[in-house]
Amino acid sequence: MAELVTLTIDGAQVQAEKGALLIDVCKARGIEIPAFCYYEGLALQAACRMCLVEVEKMPKLQPGCTLPVAEGMVVKTDTPVIHEARKSMLEFLLANHPLDCPVCDKGGECELQDMTFRYGLGESRFLENKHHVDEQQWSPVVFFDRPRCILCYRCVRICDEGVGVDALGVVQRGVVSAIAPSHGDHLECDECGMCIDICPVGALTSGMYRYKTRPWEMNHVGTICTHCSNGCKTTLGVRGGQVIRANNRDHSGINGEFLCVKGRFGWDFVNSTERAQSPMLRTNGRLEPVSWSRALMTVARKLNEVKQRGGRVGFIASNHTSNEENYYLQKLARQGLRSNNIDHHRTGDVVTLIDALAGRTDALATVADLYAAKASLVIASDLAQQQPLLHFQLRANWRHHRSRTYVVTPGPVRERKFAVKSLHAEPGRELDAVESLRDDLSKEPELVILFGDAIQGDAVRRLVAFGDSLGIPVKYVCLLDYSNSRGAIDMGLAPGLLPGYRPVAEAGLEPGMTIAEMLADASLDVLWVVGANPLRNARLAAENAFVVVNEMFLAETAQRADVIFPAASAYEKEGTVTNVCGEVQSLKKALKVMGAKTDLEIFGLVAAEMGIDLGPFQPGAVFEEIRREVRGYNVSLPVIATGGAAQSVPLNGRVPALTRAELIQSARDTLFTSGTLGRYSKNLTSVLEHPGKLYASGIETP
Amino acid sequence: MKILYNEPSPLETRVLSRRFGLENSERLDTYLATGGFEAFRKALEIGPDQIISEVKTSALRGRGGAGFPTGMKWSFVPRNHPKPRYIIVNADESEPGTCKDRLLMEYDPYQLLEGMLIAGIAVDSRKGYIYVRGEYRYLITHLERVVEEAYSRGYLGKNVAGTGFEFDVYLHSGAGAYECGEETALLDSLEGKRGIPRMKPPFPAVSGAWQSPTLLNNVETFSAVPHIILNGGQWFAGLGTPKNGGTRLVCISGHVNKPGVYELPLGYPMLKAIYEVAGGIPGGRKLKAVIPGGSSCPVLRAAECDLAMDYDSLAKAGSMLGSGGMVVMDETTDMVRAALRIMAFYQHESCGWCIPCREGTAWLRKMLARLDAGIGTPADIDLVGELSKNMLGRTFCALGDAAAMPTISIVEKFRDEFEAKLQSYAAAGLVQVG
Repeated sequence: MAELVTLTIDGAQVQAEKGALLIDVCKARGIEIPAFCYYEGLALQAACRMCLVEVEKMPKLQPGCTLPVAEGMVVKTDTPVIHEARKSMLEFLLANHPLDCPVCDKGGECELQDMTFRYGLGESRFLENKHHVDEQQWSPVVFFDRPRCILCYRCVRICDEGVGVDALGVVQRGVVSAIAPSHGDHLECDECGMCIDICPVGALTSGMYRYKTRPWEMNHVGTICTHCSNGCKTTLGVRGGQVIRANNRDHSGINGEFLCVKGRFGWDFVNSTERAQSPMLRTNGRLEPVSWSRALMTVARKLNEVKQRGGRVGFIASNHTSNEENYYLQKLARQGLRSNNIDHHRTGDVVTLIDALAGRTDALATVADLYAAKASLVIASDLAQQQPLLHFQLRANWRHHRSRTYVVTPGPVRERKFAVKSLHAEPGRELDAVESLRDDLSKEPELVILFGDAIQGDAVRRLVAFGDSLGIPVKYVCLLDYSNSRGAIDMGLAPGLLPGYRPVAEAGLEPGMTIAEMLADASLDVLWVVGANPLRNARLAAENAFVVVNEMFLAETAQRADVIFPAASAYEKEGTVTNVCGEVQSLKKALKVMGAKTDLEIFGLVAAEMGIDLGPFQPGAVFEEIRREVRGYNVSLPVIATGGAAQSVPLNGRVPALTRAELIQSARDTLFTSGTLGRYSKNLTSVLEHPGKLYASGIETP
Repeated sequence: MKILYNEPSPLETRVLSRRFGLENSERLDTYLATGGFEAFRKALEIGPDQIISEVKTSALRGRGGAGFPTGMKWSFVPRNHPKPRYIIVNADESEPGTCKDRLLMEYDPYQLLEGMLIAGIAVDSRKGYIYVRGEYRYLITHLERVVEEAYSRGYLGKNVAGTGFEFDVYLHSGAGAYECGEETALLDSLEGKRGIPRMKPPFPAVSGAWQSPTLLNNVETFSAVPHIILNGGQWFAGLGTPKNGGTRLVCISGHVNKPGVYELPLGYPMLKAIYEVAGGIPGGRKLKAVIPGGSSCPVLRAAECDLAMDYDSLAKAGSMLGSGGMVVMDETTDMVRAALRIMAFYQHESCGWCIPCREGTAWLRKMLARLDAGIGTPADIDLVGELSKNMLGRTFCALGDAAAMPTISIVEKFRDEFEAKLQSYAAAGLVQVG
């Protein structure tokens, strides 16, 4: 328990932790001390001088953002002198700040505007010419309007301290001092836009959002990013059926302030002109638009016909569809068609991990654990590229708690900057390197191990055995690629596993075919591909197979389809997804794209057309069934309903995992690629760094 | 043979400047022949506690401008700290009107080195840096030669003067920023960062250069130390007035017949310094105002100048002794133009870190330029004073105060000149007033 001190704030006796910053103590008591440069979690600046307060026995006004509270301190935050100081500080700030609020992106959610309204003078006394510099474009996503900048240095700090990129600095001095990219005129960075997000004024603006709308003209919908497996909360700004921006507006969710380039800018596939907006049917060898009823009927008839003659049907499912859709799809396959030929592109060996942990409920780490754990070990992953939030968390943990990170990778990664030990390990030799860290790791009080797809099958079991042998509490994260990769395996989108990691034998079924087997099976009658693109680098052996595709874009697999159902993206549906740490979060429908239906609707309508009853196909109803039926998914509804993340805890009773190593492979996406979605996001493909590189962290260069 | 910048005055009390004018005064041989390194040997004998106690007794106060008691500052440096201790000389002499440190480094650099060595003994340090302002480039070359000579003759390095004491000295050049004379900005600059001030606490004595305990003083402060050790703190204190020990190198510039650097005991009468030491005002013109200690000090009217030049008397008069840069202004001086020139300097030198200084100095410079051109209203004169007061005491470091204080004093004391300027331009039909 930290030592408490008693101080007086505005006449009231307050108890606070010794050494806590006055600005935080006041905030906790509901007393606002205005500030621009102060930002929780970043280095202290005391530069904006907005937070000046009166402290007894101190001759000058003191900045509340750097003042640690002490016993007997007497503070006043609400006196004429302070009001006058705030007024004058805003007057100084506005001297050179252009009053172009009516056309400024930030207008309406600008901290300077709010503060001026609350504390400022009514009129300007500045009659001189303002210092003007033309606007600069630093990258496709980052613009800088220098006159608007109030030099609070938040952008410099979030980039350097928060993200670890150090792409921004300060040049010149005095009134002409300015934020500038470290490459002079352009950025070479993560393009995460954190600098834009953190800017209290409209100095840093987004290339995608600028001059498009006013903030109050949008609907703000908090949902989960549909790209990587980290499951960041993102608030979509939607106007007139178009997504205009994404940011984590209220800093809620597991990611707090964080979003990467994909979460912040990679939403534009939604409104892509290449979106499929009508069902299509192959007629005379060509795909022609048809009505929904015709497409649904065609598929239902085909499936019924194949089912009746005992033909072979295969399903290749998605890494992006919701838990409800995944659950319903496997029901359609197993109950509706008595087929276990269902699989998805598996990107990490969660199955063996769950099996190796043998029912332990406390050994799976959450995203929050990465910020709290005393030590962590990263194996075979370039986190900053592949798992940006997890990297941000580890880095923040090191910054704030001096946590200790160990890294075992095949090439340079950004965590090496702060890792206590970094080892190079050729693919296949990772565990040898891990073994050499035994002495160090066993001295840690606790450990979180994050491992990529290089550790699979028996290697996972050996890793867990290694963790057990350290004699300290160890938690694991099996790294995965996409937004619902975890939910896909949890919901049993695998030929040998039912939802909740139950063996198919429990349902009286034989294990079905894997993706590779389905593609290689020349006698396959129907292949239904849902939000996946297996034919991008593979051939379908069954030349006469009837191919059904649920897709947003007419990518390679869709080109081979006999029927295409235009599918809604994650931003157009309700439901839940499960992130890399097993945390279940809720999707919120932000918009409707004309012509598309959710995969759940498509499955439900096809089942209805086929005359089979799989239960209602509303997301809420299906989720209720999941909570009842799927082990570990009896998660707290209030947590999820309020935008929180509830970890699912799959219990496992040592089932045969049926892992086939060659089937588990990460797609090796970088920060700037995201499977098919990424290809159709102009925002992502426009950044200078596209497509980025793994294990090529710039840290080795001087 | 070098020529002094100014002829010495018989009225001086020459302690720190006693070698100025000697042939080859900057050479080690000259230094050794005139009592050099005796204080160092004595300091080794008496040890850290006694050294600090003598410095305290001497009532030596920081010569950079702030006037903090030096002995007290030295006693704050933890000697048994696990990290190394650093001795840092602030030779970033940038206060307008100040030009004494360059003479001390040019004519008697060994005196400075000996002061550093004694400080090294006092806080158990092995490393010293001299941070020389960027504009003093020629001094860097000069000091490099001095340091090289000191090493080659065994007066720096592993075994200083054969005593077994180890001390290294490094030179570091600034890049031309007034702000880097602020001790913490100096430390950032020394560490290779952008020269912006640090938050205090922690103070450099506890966490300074490379987050280690650091003893940081002005050139003149270090140069006084050998004399204090050799002759005793009591003796040094006796040269000045109570709590204001010793002598100061006063740099008298402006409207005087004999501008120059003169070493005068603290408490020396200001008028005597102007009229006798510096030879009075040319053409017998009348005194109008004096900047007593560098351009950051509030200006004194002629009527306020009958005082003793020590820290406390000047504080009582509402100004400061500052860095010793005394600027004399006679009746022909345009005080509005003076205010503008001063503000132009601080605007140019503001590091830009904090809002009030960055924006305030720029705004004030623009306003003063306008008022100097006779354009404006009486309300603008009030605004100049008000904006200065809004900066005062609210900036991150003292640069904002340095810009505000002279401006406030000029507006208050010479408001009539501002008004006259506006009136005359208005009368000429150039602008409309009111």
